[in-house]
Amino acid sequence: MRRRLSLSPWLSLAPALALVVVLVGASLAYGVAQSLGLMAVIGQNTVSLDAYRSLLSGHGPAGREFWSALGFSLWVSVTATIVSAALALLLAVGLASRPGGGAADTLALNWNLAVPHLVWAVALLLFLAQSGLLARLAAAGGLIELPAEFPVLVRDRYGLGLILHYVSKETPFLALIVLAMLRSQPTGYAQVAANLGANRWQRLRYVTLPFVMPGLLAGALLVFAFVFSAYEVPAVLGVGYPRMLSVLALRFFTDPDLRARADGMAVSLILTAIVLAVAAASLKRGGAK
Amino acid sequence: MTRLSQIGRWALYLLLAAPLALFAVYAFSTRWFFPQLLPAEWTSATLARVLGDGRVISALRDSVAMAGGVSLLAMVIGYPAARVLGLRQFRGRNAAWLVLFLPTVVPPLAVGMGLNILFLQLGLAGTLAGVMLAHLVPALPYVVFTLAGAFARYDENYEFQALVLGASPARTFWSVSLRLLAPSLVVAGLFAFLISWSQYLLTLLIGSGRIITLPVLLFSAAAGGNPATTAALALIFLAPPLVIIAATARQLNQRPGDIREQL
Repeated sequence: MRRRLSLSPWLSLAPALALVVVLVGASLAYGVAQSLGLMAVIGQNTVSLDAYRSLLSGHGPAGREFWSALGFSLWVSVTATIVSAALALLLAVGLASRPGGGAADTLALNWNLAVPHLVWAVALLLFLAQSGLLARLAAAGGLIELPAEFPVLVRDRYGLGLILHYVSKETPFLALIVLAMLRSQPTGYAQVAANLGANRWQRLRYVTLPFVMPGLLAGALLVFAFVFSAYEVPAVLGVGYPRMLSVLALRFFTDPDLRARADGMAVSLILTAIVLAVAAASLKRGGAK
Repeated sequence: MTRLSQIGRWALYLLLAAPLALFAVYAFSTRWFFPQLLPAEWTSATLARVLGDGRVISALRDSVAMAGGVSLLAMVIGYPAARVLGLRQFRGRNAAWLVLFLPTVVPPLAVGMGLNILFLQLGLAGTLAGVMLAHLVPALPYVVFTLAGAFARYDENYEFQALVLGASPARTFWSVSLRLLAPSLVVAGLFAFLISWSQYLLTLLIGSGRIITLPVLLFSAAAGGNPATTAALALIFLAPPLVIIAATARQLNQRPGDIREQL
């Protein structure tokens, strides 16, 4: 029995590693090949950097939108990440300060995470549209008379709907991380600080914040990576222009003109490279979990 | 801090209940014109029509089969990997961790677009098996990490004890290992199920329009369907995850912060 258990660990790891290496590896390899214009289907066998060149120089159908899409993606992801990290910190500190009752709060946070992004986006659409429930509330309160008078909060050109979506969805996720860290924190430090005359904001700033910062930062970087690359939400809550990079990538990838595929693939790979760089930074800061 | 705590808690519970209430009102509404605050007329006809729609029923069946299958496969593949990662120290362990971590950050967009042509050539595009294989990529890491965490607190001596007492390896596996790991197996299976259940992009890119799951239907309804139908679909799509989360609340509570992105 001992012998069986001490067999090379790689044998046990093989199926999982093979699945990831083969599928992720193949998808990236095929992606790179297609972004370089290699497409046997339409008889193209020459390698060219045309797709990247036209994207980075801002020419061509995809290139014209590339820089604005990159800017829009960054605006949405950075704003959503910073706002949800700040709110998550406040929420977690608030929830942790009450003794007991932890189980219900954790369940609520988990419950929120089980709601798929697509469903959440649909809920926001029904709630915030110009004839949605909030607009009706505004009409009932005499603030507006016609749907057109209600501000455009979803499917707007500034990405407000997207940011609102991600903030409301990612705050519980980050709060769960911070809450787990707070509950493992010895209470002594805060009490010592209080005894030494620190008020609650000083305790938050000098005791709690340094303690949860590494975890919060690592989580925030994961949130950024996710928001930056997600497709469904900007597709449902976004507008035709400006579009996020992910929407742009799929739009050109599924273009009936197969030559546009290289452009779509190049956008997707640039997006992936950015996400991987951010994830690597996250791993470095937070330590691999 | 109590004031803050109260506001935070109420906001949280409101966020939790609001979408359900919203979908319910929309799903049962009819001829609900602007500025009416609540529908003047209620009907269950929309929900009945959606539930009686053959496309919805087959999407529900495919979604359940797919998420269940992905969950089971991810556990079978993930269990041995998690076991050695949790229990053993060996050269290259960190590298193995890193490789298995990779799918949690590589965007499904890139995976789906890259596999699209390959799966077409292999005849896997448009098949349930092909889509399940693609779903395994984001699902597997969560199973491995959850179970590896459990194995890190696991005492192998229980297994040796059973073997010494004459139990067969199979009996030891069923009655000792699985029994001891049950709470974590439930959580791991739940993650894999939820990831597959909510997956839209990979199903779209690998399913070639032939595999229609609930998120695919919901997505096209959201793009231009009427609000009542969209809300009814959202309710049907949302019900299973919420039931599962409620049923596994106890196991989840022991492992806060485990559910990650991609859900």
